[in-house]
Amino acid sequence: MQTSSPLSAATKDSMSLEITDIRKSFGRFPALKGVSLTAHEGEFLALLGPSGSGKTTLLRVLAGLETPETGAISFRGEDLLSKPVRAREIGFVFQHYALFRHMTVANNIAFGMRAKKGVARPSAKQIRARVSELLDLVQLSGLEKRYPSQLSGGQRQRVALARALAIEPQLLLLDEPFGALDAKVRRELRRWLREVHERTGLTTIFVTHDQEEALELADRVALLREGQLEQVGTPEELYHNPQSAFAFEFLGDSVKLDAEVSGGVATIAGFSAPVQGASFNGRSAVYARPDSFTIAREGAGLPAEVRSVLLGGADARVDLTLSTGELAEIRIPYEIAKGFSASDRVFIAPRELRAWPEGSLSQI
Amino acid sequence: MSLDSSRDPTREGPVVAGVVIGIAVIVVALVLFLPLIAVFAEAFRSGIEAYVAGITEPDAVSAIKLTLTVTAIVVPLNTIFGIATAWAVTKFEFWGKSALMTLVDLPFSISPVISGLIYVLVFGAHGWFVPQLDAWNIQIIFTVTGICLATLFVTLPFVARELIPLMQSQGTDEESAAATLGAGGWRTFFFVTLPNIKWALMYGVLLCSARAMGEFGAVAVVSGHIRGLTNTMPLHVEVLYNEYSFVSAFAVASLLAFFALVTLAIKSFLEAQFADELAAQRRH
Repeated sequence: MQTSSPLSAATKDSMSLEITDIRKSFGRFPALKGVSLTAHEGEFLALLGPSGSGKTTLLRVLAGLETPETGAISFRGEDLLSKPVRAREIGFVFQHYALFRHMTVANNIAFGMRAKKGVARPSAKQIRARVSELLDLVQLSGLEKRYPSQLSGGQRQRVALARALAIEPQLLLLDEPFGALDAKVRRELRRWLREVHERTGLTTIFVTHDQEEALELADRVALLREGQLEQVGTPEELYHNPQSAFAFEFLGDSVKLDAEVSGGVATIAGFSAPVQGASFNGRSAVYARPDSFTIAREGAGLPAEVRSVLLGGADARVDLTLSTGELAEIRIPYEIAKGFSASDRVFIAPRELRAWPEGSLSQI
Repeated sequence: MSLDSSRDPTREGPVVAGVVIGIAVIVVALVLFLPLIAVFAEAFRSGIEAYVAGITEPDAVSAIKLTLTVTAIVVPLNTIFGIATAWAVTKFEFWGKSALMTLVDLPFSISPVISGLIYVLVFGAHGWFVPQLDAWNIQIIFTVTGICLATLFVTLPFVARELIPLMQSQGTDEESAAATLGAGGWRTFFFVTLPNIKWALMYGVLLCSARAMGEFGAVAVVSGHIRGLTNTMPLHVEVLYNEYSFVSAFAVASLLAFFALVTLAIKSFLEAQFADELAAQRRH
């Protein structure tokens, strides 16, 4: 929009969206227990969390589709909560698209423009031009006369996005944008959505339960858990420096081991290794990524017995029974895995172990 | 033994199919088709002149007019009520919602005669509101107003009942989407909600019309059978029949049956014309 105006210059690189202590419950179920979060102008932010974590509720609160009990939201210095949904100028893409089923693709996209009042309302000619421009953007030119029921899931998704963009929103919200699509279409659309974001420069927030999607798409990821913000950071920060066992487990596969921690060293069945983040002593769960293990027939490591070796896929998977009786699944390169088979006795050693105070003692 | 590969595994054998179809055909013929034929046969028994005389006689004409007038008043009112109720019940959460849904169904479960009696009790000669109504010089029982009220009550559920399941299955996502796109309540209703429910609405309106024209019990209680004034078609048929004017009675009855058939024909026509759209929108 007006990139030269002093306002946008001032808001650039500052917090554009500020969410403060939002609380919302449905009946007796608290969906959001005081969430505070900020987004920069032009940022691509992911709200990640398991189902029931409150991520969709937060998105709907932003759009005005839910009213929070307490809290404040300011957007470019304006109070957003005092505005009704239709005055917020927020583009919302629904999980199941919510396309108007009796309208053609073109009429779906034009709906928001036609709903504008007075001078803000574009002429029929302008609307037509904008619709075809948006159809270009979402790569659906030629389908303007189709009805939603005549489109594939991926196409519907793109119509929904075009419809949301048609009102020239100040903020774009997407609820599980790829939730209902198959894996291949998902990956294509993901890349494409990133491109659209770069082209429009819109501050965009999307909800997902898929960590891979969040890590791949977003500038920053906000991890939610049971209505509270667990951690916010860049994908790199979140993946490599998770602040809790929950974050570690949610952001990727993990191996959880029961250990005795003392002086920053974890001891599991006679095998000892340094553990990050263990500033406490006592019994605790320690964690490692499945691909951070080395495996050998002898040497230092945790004794284990191979249960099965799966050689399909980029990395081979080895299922093990540890000498402590726990089960673990690790991933190692195919060439190495080839040399092992069921009931082999082996030693495995993690390159990196992590622990968090919350996992200590009784919480195992 | 050879396997008949062309046979549909979900199909019953010819004997079972024959018996089931036979029962259905006999029932339909006996209870639906035969009486319908009888109505028209009786109506034309003494020739076309007697038939025409039966339906052009002043009392008959006034009964036809009254029935059409009542229908024209009641159906739009119930359409508005039905849409408003269905909209409220399916798009919003509020206290007392299930009570409202039960109340909407009440006319289905109460005998129409009782509905009529309720109006007599409330508005009749010794009714609760009579002193007040007399003061305003308003009479309800034995007038067209009373007939309209009774018919309104009896046909209350038709439109709402037709819309509620459909609107429930459609949810509120499209309305939410319209709101985020900047549309106000009326715009959302006329451009998003109404087009999505138009076929169910049409169906409900047709059923409501058919019932409004044919209602007997409730109307019989409140109308007072004043010939030329408060006699609707079904009441007129009864009066004629009791007076042994069979030809006239059946002539008026045949006209009423004809109206009902027209309603059905319109419905079938619409269903055939827009089969695809209906299939996409209806639940079953």
